[in-house]
Amino acid sequence: AAATAGAGGLLLPLSESEQQRYSELFSRCCPPPEAAAGASSVGELFRASQLPPDTLHQITEVCGAKRVGYFGPAQFYIALKLIAAAQSGFPVRIESIKNELPLPRFMALKNDSEVRYGTPAELHGVKFQVPHATLEKNSYKRTDEGDKQEPKSPPMSPICSPPASPSTYQRIPLSYGYGKSRSGLEQQHGAPYEVRHSTHQQDAPSSGNYGAKPAHCSTLNRSLSAEREQQDSSAHYSDDPWRITEEQRDYYINQFRSLQPDLNSFISGSMAKNFFTKSKLPIPELSHIWELSDVDCDGALTLPEFCAAFHLVVARKNGYQLPETLPETLLPEYLQAASLKPMRDCALFDSYSESLPGGQQTRDFSRTEKATAEEVPDNSALLQDAKKDDKQALKGSTALKTIPKEFQHLTVKTAAQESNALKARPRSRSYSSTSIEDAMKKGEEPPTPPPRPQKSHSRASSLDLNRVFQQNTQAVRSGWLPPPPPALPPRPPVSQTEQVSEVELHPQMNRPPSQAEENSSAKKEVVLAQPPSKPARRKLRTEAQGLETPELSPTINVTSSLPAVKPHLPVQKQSSKQKRAIQTAIRKNKEANAVLARLNSELQQQLKEVHKERIALETQLEQLRPVTVL
Amino acid sequence: ALVSVICPPPQNYPLYIRSVPTENELKFHYTVHTSLDVVDEKISAMGKALVDQRELYLGLLYPTEDYKVYGYVTNSKVKFVMVVDSSNTALRDNEIRSMFRKLHNSYTDIMCNPFYNPGDCIHSRAFDNMVNSMMMQVC
Repeated sequence: AAATAGAGGLLLPLSESEQQRYSELFSRCCPPPEAAAGASSVGELFRASQLPPDTLHQITEVCGAKRVGYFGPAQFYIALKLIAAAQSGFPVRIESIKNELPLPRFMALKNDSEVRYGTPAELHGVKFQVPHATLEKNSYKRTDEGDKQEPKSPPMSPICSPPASPSTYQRIPLSYGYGKSRSGLEQQHGAPYEVRHSTHQQDAPSSGNYGAKPAHCSTLNRSLSAEREQQDSSAHYSDDPWRITEEQRDYYINQFRSLQPDLNSFISGSMAKNFFTKSKLPIPELSHIWELSDVDCDGALTLPEFCAAFHLVVARKNGYQLPETLPETLLPEYLQAASLKPMRDCALFDSYSESLPGGQQTRDFSRTEKATAEEVPDNSALLQDAKKDDKQALKGSTALKTIPKEFQHLTVKTAAQESNALKARPRSRSYSSTSIEDAMKKGEEPPTPPPRPQKSHSRASSLDLNRVFQQNTQAVRSGWLPPPPPALPPRPPVSQTEQVSEVELHPQMNRPPSQAEENSSAKKEVVLAQPPSKPARRKLRTEAQGLETPELSPTINVTSSLPAVKPHLPVQKQSSKQKRAIQTAIRKNKEANAVLARLNSELQQQLKEVHKERIALETQLEQLRPVTVL
Repeated sequence: ALVSVICPPPQNYPLYIRSVPTENELKFHYTVHTSLDVVDEKISAMGKALVDQRELYLGLLYPTEDYKVYGYVTNSKVKFVMVVDSSNTALRDNEIRSMFRKLHNSYTDIMCNPFYNPGDCIHSRAFDNMVNSMMMQVC
């Protein structure tokens, strides 16, 4: 007896042994009552199949897990079949799994004997859908009325085109509910496994699935309601096709790296354009994707924006219609919070492995960062809310273990705020003079003059900082860009401890030359910054300051927001701190460069216009002159 | 009735015209084109203060129907024109200004899109939505 596993119209023939095996593997990876397999266990399993990683990537894509964002039973089964196909030497394609295939082999799992199973012809009603039929609305309606067949679990398959509008995503939980129950109630769903299709064959089977959903909603409602609740609770595996999985994210991050090695920086518009044009999507669609993903509208894509854009491209290529607005799961804040967490983790633990005092020191950094984050001018409520969160989190966290997460969250938010604020700011520049003045004023007030009374720090043995501050009072006003590497920018909430730690780092630096270089480069930049007009300068400074806060947060890997600021001397771990400090400085410089470059181009533009004006005036003057001479 | 037009230099042909309601569009087009000339006049007459947030242009009133035509010019000489019913007396100066500012914002957003070639007609959905919502507000 052959059973089929319908997956959104992909009707796979599965023999009994296959089914058994697959369900066993699935339950291994996905302990009930969850509905979808844990990504890590699935990953392990796949790796056990000893296929090369890009094959595995391909398999995940083809089986639809990438798109739907999780490994539901359908995706899992398809993936297993694909693994079998790949192991038999077939290309990773849906077509391959139509044929008879041995069971997939996984090392360290018991190897089953090969079993042949029926060809598609044997099974009733099994038909295979050619990839990527376009969704026709009329077919949708037809299947709504006529189709009684219950579709298999998540109706999304790589082949079939998905619903045209996000509203239909609402239906998905229903079908997902169906799928969920499968693992638990296999007997009950013996029938559903056999999908007979009558009318909706030629057209998008997924539409059939959707059509069938409401039909079956009532019948299976009761049994599924429980599972659905579970599904709701497991927010990680939702049906949201706009949710990016870990694998997808990793892939996107690698792509980002190929374009722009610094993950904290952005990809310029032209680079992104070239890159996405390669996807062969039509330009208006790419334009729309850009509009959706470039949230701060600055003509550049940060890492989360890039991931969102890439995800949209992938979705579009898989047949999804682009949404009108950016889905919540693709928002940069969301993505940043989600993605930066794992990225920070390793750095975090690295730092934890160092001595605690080091942690305290950087803790101070982080506190000052947050404080400066408050200072940075911002207009959006988001920033303010996040700030409040920051403060609360600051107060709340005591246990060291929990601190990492909080800090990450905070720094992520800080970084997000900063980057958002940063990007939002340049825009206000382009408008009327009044708004420029406003922006200027805003830029002026919060970062109150760096030469603050706190210049003389408690442990001010290191004169460098004092001297530096005094020297650069003027320079600071005029756009002080990366100050001496370990020394944090002299921003308002610079606490004494911070200065202390800076001071300590300072003498500890065994690389005076690089310091000197950075000092001089900082001064050079200061000098450069001076010639531009005043408003630009102030803007630059606030931007620089804003820049440095996100810079600090990713680079300063320690967490902890212990309430008490301890001003004692931390023990220095010299070389690593130095390295970090240098890296920090390098990154700061790079960002400052980017900002300066943009500033430069804008100023050039202004200059051009001013030139034009001048020429116009001069010609006018010329015209008038002969008259007066007479 | 509200019509908005965006015309960048140097060609000064409209990249985007949207009117609500959609009847009489031709007439609006005509109105807009004539008003563009007036805007140009104003710009050249202005001299030093080239950056003007907005200009209130009430002079163009048709004998049969009343229209107020507002113009707005950016630093880069992109002209925005709005034609409003005079019957719509609820519209105040500030509102017009804010509408122009919104238009300007959205326009810069479009410019930031690397897939947009300057000089193309504007097909952005986001922009359309913004304009529509603005117009709905007024009418």
